[in-house]
Amino acid sequence: MKFEANIPIYLQIIEEIKRRIIIGEYKPGGKLPPVRELALSFGVNPNTVQRAFGELERDGLVYSERTSGRFIADDPEKIRGLREAVLVRKTDAFLEDMSRYGYDEKSVLAYINSRKKV
Amino acid sequence: MNERIVIQGLTKTYKKNEALKDVDLTIPAGAIVGLLGPNGSGKTTLLKILTGLIRSYKGTVSIDGRPVGEETKKMISYLPDEPYFADWMRVKDALGIFQDMYEDFDKARCMDMISRFRIAEKARVRTLSKGTKEKFQLALVLSRRAPIVILDEPIGGVDPAAREVILDTILENYTKDQTLLIATHLIAELERIFDVAIFIREGRILLNKDVESLRMETGRSVDELFRERFRYE
Repeated sequence: MKFEANIPIYLQIIEEIKRRIIIGEYKPGGKLPPVRELALSFGVNPNTVQRAFGELERDGLVYSERTSGRFIADDPEKIRGLREAVLVRKTDAFLEDMSRYGYDEKSVLAYINSRKKV
Repeated sequence: MNERIVIQGLTKTYKKNEALKDVDLTIPAGAIVGLLGPNGSGKTTLLKILTGLIRSYKGTVSIDGRPVGEETKKMISYLPDEPYFADWMRVKDALGIFQDMYEDFDKARCMDMISRFRIAEKARVRTLSKGTKEKFQLALVLSRRAPIVILDEPIGGVDPAAREVILDTILENYTKDQTLLIATHLIAELERIFDVAIFIREGRILLNKDVESLRMETGRSVDELFRERFRYE
């Protein structure tokens, strides 16, 4: 995975873990890979992954069991919320960007609809 | 994080040239620390003082509460910025030396890395390319289970593909409570593994800070910040 060097890496790791939860790669109630394993696969410092996990735990998206490791919250409602939040955030950002090029929502939507018919 | 290395009022003078000027610096345990500065900024001098290779200086330097000396030497695995094996040696001779010299040397681990780097045990050090020689020395240094690992320009002489391999190897061997101190000017390549960045210029510490906070507060990468601060050199 490539990281942007000007944005805190732990925030980017949080995003990536959320993405994996949203698409079901990490299942509700399922076990997360150990810190070390993820750190190696991301090519980052284990402390950075630890920090990302800490944030996810504070958000209640992840919990840890003292002896058996870390798990994804078994809370489909929460995960659905996560998924919707992404749709809203990314779409809003996209529309905002398009408006800088003079496209309003209507014309963007018109394009999306025309595109479907192709 | 607890403090592992504490430096107070450290000044080192070579003849008339001050290599380090009244340096105060604290380095925590359990962190990967980038020591970043241009050539001649005092990085190597600082590292040589920590490893006990340079013994005349002003100020105090302690590791886990003990002044730097014979006792602290054993705690540090050090990769110098120049080769330290005689050319006539074979790879296995160098391995033997490390095994004799260091109680904490894990030979199996070293052999594993050496085979991964495709270095033959029988090869003479002289016949290894510059990059392979660096990989070999890194394998030796990383195979010691020392609480402090100091790497002086670990990827300086290798091509970008080999850098990735070296970076992965460094991360694989890093254990939780170790202090890993890496001096480099190749910041963009290494910054994703740092916890802390220290900027050093003309023998003075300009910055000693958690890299994630640095990114958060400035919206810039460590590399970009470094370029800004050191632009006029």
